[in-house]
Amino acid sequence: MKRITAWRRRPWAGYAVVLAALVAIGVVYAGFSPRTDRAEAQSTAQAAEDLKNGQKLFDKNCASCHGLNAQGTKDAQGNAIAPSLIGVGAASVDFQVSTGRMPAANPGAQVPRKTPIPTFNTSIKTDYEEKDKREAAEKQKAQAEKNLADLRAYIASLGGGPEVPPASAVDPAKGNVALGGKLFRTNCAQCHSFTGQGGALTGGKYAPPLSKSDVTPTQMYEAMLTGPQAMPVFNDTTLTPQDKQAIISYLVKTREEPNPGGNSLGRIGPVTEGLAGWLVGIGLLVLAAMWITAKKPKKLKKS
Amino acid sequence: MSDDNKETAGSTGPHEQGGRRERVIGTPSPAREKALLAEDDISAPAGVGEQLDERSAKRAERIVAAFFLLAFLASVVFIAYFIGWSGRDGGMHGVTDARETNFWLGGTMALAFLAMAVGVTIWVRRLMTSKPIVQERHELAADEASRAAFNRDFLEGAQDSGITKRPLLRRTLLLAAAPLGLAPLVLLRDLGPLPEKKLRHTFWGEAVKLAQAQGKKGVRLVVDGTNRPLKVSDFATPGSMITVLPEGIEEHLPEDQVLTQVAKAVTILINVPQEQFKPAKGRENWHVNGVVAYSKVCTHVGCPAALYEQTTHHILCPCHQSTFDATDAAKVIFGPAARPLPQLPLSVEDGYIIATSDYHEPIGPSFWERG
Repeated sequence: MKRITAWRRRPWAGYAVVLAALVAIGVVYAGFSPRTDRAEAQSTAQAAEDLKNGQKLFDKNCASCHGLNAQGTKDAQGNAIAPSLIGVGAASVDFQVSTGRMPAANPGAQVPRKTPIPTFNTSIKTDYEEKDKREAAEKQKAQAEKNLADLRAYIASLGGGPEVPPASAVDPAKGNVALGGKLFRTNCAQCHSFTGQGGALTGGKYAPPLSKSDVTPTQMYEAMLTGPQAMPVFNDTTLTPQDKQAIISYLVKTREEPNPGGNSLGRIGPVTEGLAGWLVGIGLLVLAAMWITAKKPKKLKKS
Repeated sequence: MSDDNKETAGSTGPHEQGGRRERVIGTPSPAREKALLAEDDISAPAGVGEQLDERSAKRAERIVAAFFLLAFLASVVFIAYFIGWSGRDGGMHGVTDARETNFWLGGTMALAFLAMAVGVTIWVRRLMTSKPIVQERHELAADEASRAAFNRDFLEGAQDSGITKRPLLRRTLLLAAAPLGLAPLVLLRDLGPLPEKKLRHTFWGEAVKLAQAQGKKGVRLVVDGTNRPLKVSDFATPGSMITVLPEGIEEHLPEDQVLTQVAKAVTILINVPQEQFKPAKGRENWHVNGVVAYSKVCTHVGCPAALYEQTTHHILCPCHQSTFDATDAAKVIFGPAARPLPQLPLSVEDGYIIATSDYHEPIGPSFWERG
């Protein structure tokens, strides 16, 4: 004890403490960084721990609706509150959680897309100028990615199901855009509109827009594969992975097409405004014509 | 014009008493039948529009002249720009300058016309009196003498032509005129051939016949777009949906027929969970473990009814919200459609989903002779 107290007073002690702290942070960060995934997979002990973490996350965030054994729950009348998650697979979990739809804020006709809760938010901003802020954000992101992976692994361990597609399967640069356009128009456009603007369904449900850049190719693939909410399923034997990639390419490519904007009826352009403007303009012209030809009483000459 | 209103307050004329009557909102208009304005709403007394205020007329004259000058200048700029600038850098009205030349040529021309119109309008409203003008109209009918002369000339001509005397000429002339009168009826032919039985059948029927000629039970279902035949095991996920066509529709048909026949034969294949599926009477074997096929053409006006919700098993038509129940033979549960979507009889052969016959009823909207 005495020795430590003595060391504390040395001129280099401050530097040493800072150095030790930096090393400690580095070690902890390395433990969470995605680069170590392979090492983790090799270690079964680590895998078991991840599964446990997944279960803990499930108990905390999902079990209140889906039940402690993910068997789904029903209300007093026997109507389902939340479906069973046994066999839905990792792809379904990844889609629902990474789009922020799950955990749901409240039950309704349709659970909307929103920013994921911080525990699972893998798309947080990390490009800060300040080093410590950046490091904290990167650490949080890595933790969110691990949480999501653990939750996926836990649900998949309950009964299998579709896997998350590899990055190569969803690369929009490699798909056949023309084929994708055809498949999209025959099977998806009736709900999502022909350029993916979304549209209304029955009873307050709706098909969400696919045209914004926050809908990632992976999420599109997972949606087709798992059929979230009211959407039908397009499994890999009906629409092959190549077909799905083609559809993804079509959707991503249409985002790059020039959009004339306005209240556009699905990218047709400002037609509605034009019609309104035309009607108002004609009305004004009629009024102007009436004003020009109106009989104006002249006044008496001043006496 | 602004000082006109100021004068009203100070003037003591007969038009003060006959001034505009205040009308309470919500009371009926004092206007009589057919007249837009009530007669006593005219503020000026009779004869007042025949005189002009010399000073304000002078001012109006200058304003009008200014507008005409503006129109003149704009026209001059138009000509000068057309000759001097739009043809610069070689080439008249080059594509690259189109926006700029459109702006200047269109702008100056619009300004010229507009200034002239505004000037004329002010001229009419400020510098012209509004005294009543009486316009004389003569009777439309011709006078007695001309009518008598025409009758006489006409009868004389008819007499001279001998149309009553020479029946051969009269009859052949009528004969020549008759087919010309009937000729417009022939144009009805151009409305096209009668549809005959085309509305009652789709290519599924022909495709099934072709397959059965080769000793098979029926025709395979292929995914529209990829032409991939579907096995039962391929389509086994509950909640699946896909648009299908009869196999070989593009090969068996002439090119100009393909689109028409695809539009008629287009079908949605749905995997309804078997425990929820209620097959219709007489159609108990038309599905394969809950995999069921309905025409994609709405029975209301023929829109593609394919908004399938896998949670409710409703098929919704996007045009008028007709809703069909996929679990119950596509019965109409909402909307203007009158009939359920036609169902395609399905079966299995070599593990593939096949159709064993055409739709048993005409697909799509009702038509006159449908019955």
